[in-house]
Amino acid sequence: MADEYLLRMDGISKSFPGVRALDDVHLEVMPGTVHALMGENGAGKSTLMKVLIGMYHADRGSITLGGQPVVIPDTATALRLGISMIHQELSPVPEMEVYENIYLGREPRNRLGLIDKRRMIAQTRELFARWEIDINPRAVMKDLSVAQTQMVEIAKAISYDARLIIMDEPTSAITEREVDHLHRMIRSLKSTGVAVIYITHKMDEVFKVADRVTVFRDGRHVATVAAEELDRAKLISLMVGRELTHMFPKEHAEIGEVVLSVRGLTRKGKVDNVSFDVHRGEILGIAGLMGAGRTEILEGIFGVAKIDAGEIVMNGKPIRIREPGDAIAAGIGLLTEDRKLTGIMGVLSVRDNMTIASLGRFSPTGILDRRRMDAACRAQRDALAIKTPTLDQLIKLLSGGNQQKVLVSRWLLTTPEVLMIDEPTRGIDVGAKAEIHRLMSQLAGEGKAIIMVSSEMPEILGMSDRVIVIHEGRITGEFTRAEVTQEKIMAAATGLATAA
Amino acid sequence: MANSSATAEGFFTRERIGEWLRKYAIIAILIGMVALLSLATGGTFLQTQNLINVVRQMSVIAILAIGLTVVIISTGIDLSVGSIVALSAVVATSLAQSQDATNLMYPGLSVPVVVAVLAGLGVGALAGFTNGFLIAFFRIAPFIATLGMMTAARGLALIYSDGRPISRLTDEYNFFGQGAILEIPVPIVLLVVVAVAAHVMLNNTRFGRYVYAIGGNEQAARVSGINLRRVKIGIYTFSGLLAGLGGIILSGRIGSGNPQLGTGAELDAITAAVIGGTSFSGGIGTVWGTIVGALIIGSLNTGLDLLNVSPFTQQVVKGVIIVLAIIIDERKNR
Repeated sequence: MADEYLLRMDGISKSFPGVRALDDVHLEVMPGTVHALMGENGAGKSTLMKVLIGMYHADRGSITLGGQPVVIPDTATALRLGISMIHQELSPVPEMEVYENIYLGREPRNRLGLIDKRRMIAQTRELFARWEIDINPRAVMKDLSVAQTQMVEIAKAISYDARLIIMDEPTSAITEREVDHLHRMIRSLKSTGVAVIYITHKMDEVFKVADRVTVFRDGRHVATVAAEELDRAKLISLMVGRELTHMFPKEHAEIGEVVLSVRGLTRKGKVDNVSFDVHRGEILGIAGLMGAGRTEILEGIFGVAKIDAGEIVMNGKPIRIREPGDAIAAGIGLLTEDRKLTGIMGVLSVRDNMTIASLGRFSPTGILDRRRMDAACRAQRDALAIKTPTLDQLIKLLSGGNQQKVLVSRWLLTTPEVLMIDEPTRGIDVGAKAEIHRLMSQLAGEGKAIIMVSSEMPEILGMSDRVIVIHEGRITGEFTRAEVTQEKIMAAATGLATAA
Repeated sequence: MANSSATAEGFFTRERIGEWLRKYAIIAILIGMVALLSLATGGTFLQTQNLINVVRQMSVIAILAIGLTVVIISTGIDLSVGSIVALSAVVATSLAQSQDATNLMYPGLSVPVVVAVLAGLGVGALAGFTNGFLIAFFRIAPFIATLGMMTAARGLALIYSDGRPISRLTDEYNFFGQGAILEIPVPIVLLVVVAVAAHVMLNNTRFGRYVYAIGGNEQAARVSGINLRRVKIGIYTFSGLLAGLGGIILSGRIGSGNPQLGTGAELDAITAAVIGGTSFSGGIGTVWGTIVGALIIGSLNTGLDLLNVSPFTQQVVKGVIIVLAIIIDERKNR
């Protein structure tokens, strides 16, 4: 039986420690079509694509390409099979010239076995001419704008003569004119029989370029539908249509007066005039898609990054925050999103990791009171049920959930009035998740104000007293616990609705 | 697997022995080496006088290595300590010449020895502060900033001394290199004082924990409210200060301020710190480990001398040991 599909992925499953990223997922792509992949953050789209190009290895499942079963152990094999990918995070070598980036790793050689520069430049020029890309092949990569860099990446992906090109959020960094350009390129590729898998959060684009749409949710395949049979409402309901479980109990807490007010917070190109209040005893959820600017808001408040405009008011008094130390002194804490990159200090002990933000408390004279420190650490360990053999244990040897609890302790020891938590339960197992949620409830009950950024819809819905939604750096929706729904959040997060 | 540690014969599991070996490998190496050298020299090596010599000769390297330990824990490096030794030595000795010297730097000027010492320490600290300032405020890579200082400080030492040793020093000054307190050579006393102070600083002060935190994860340290600039300046100033002390001891021992003093000392000091388990990836290192590292180098030098091994061969041995130490270090951190 001849296979009408260019690509079939069957029964693909992939787990990471504590997370089931893909659960028995299938995907079929026809040649000469654009197939959009949609879903919330963490739905499994990017993971599936990384399996396809050999960056991840599936635990189970099979891949058939052009009717032939294939095994793709690495990206080189994927390229050889005619699959190329434009990554969401661009990865050019900034110090190299454009043509060198295009031919990186597959430089043509001349008769002497040396790299044939002239041929590379000529071919790049040809490639750019064919696709109407107005960039000098001899320009140095780092001098290009983000949009130009993106176009180079796109041209590079095409230049492999791939039969299947994966584009992961290709338009997140480019202007409308270039988006149109890209879409023209895609249509032209289609006409030559190339298939495109197009991952995006932007609904307009889906309806503009896609022939078929597959929706993922929580690592599962939800539906594959022809684009003309879809409308926005139907697409949103496919993306969010999960039953709400009661895993996320926000207990009742007395909501008090305003603790922190953010007024007109602006970071050029990232955060645009964001204002909100948060009250004692309240959990304020900040929802939005990846890259919407949620983390950037927290960084701006906390002094991790410079703000271009805006005012932070704490208990009615405007405060000046130039660096994180100022924010901590004012009674604000920030548990960052990336535990490994900006959270834990892996080779240091649980004790060190717990106390690093509050050492001043234990050393009025500069000399540490070790006994008081240990007592405080033990109290935290017991209160949060942190599983560690001793306080001297290196934190990198703990599970993700216990690491996260240590980081919560780090901030509790600074006795903050406002605790900002970015993705409180990312990458930790279900049991630890529930514990972190209970802990957040309890802290709110004690009168702390909590600002929670989360990409997990159930977490936002279950934990928040109030939700604000961010889209392209602006607040596009604000909902009370009573009125918030998945559909309303998704509509605001994709820019379809604006704040009432 | 779970019951292996509970049973008696399970106490010596491969994992346990492996862990113990990794943890105490350095001390085991030192003991093994001392034993080997004692046998090879027919006991000469173990004589008290020889052991004191070993420690005295490595004391300056050990003091520099303690400064480098603090620097390396924070993922930095300080290549300038050898040159700072020379700069501090010429400045301090120029204020400590006997009045009967023929080549007096400051004829007629006679200051208490404490002024000379403070000048030497001050010059060292100032050079270190400059390193820290460049690294913290201009974000120059520590390797580059201290490489610049290494070159410049040596040049300044040569300019200041006009390229000649500053000799005929007062007895009070030479005391720091040649004297003894209760029969213990002063350099060893100073090393012990520095070691204890540095150990307390690293483990029992806020500053010390900040050093480890920056080495463990600089971004996390920043988000935790640590003033990175201030801590970094402190780190390099401390290293410079110890190099200044090294300059005083070394010039006191040879009785002259030679602008070529300490050439290559930074490499010996780095070697000692690394053999002692300080990790270039940051966040790991102890004063005691570094002292054991310095003792290993010291006994190696003396022992191989006693055995009449040529200095050329000694260099090869040292090179092999430093690479071995790094391999052990890498395995420790997996």
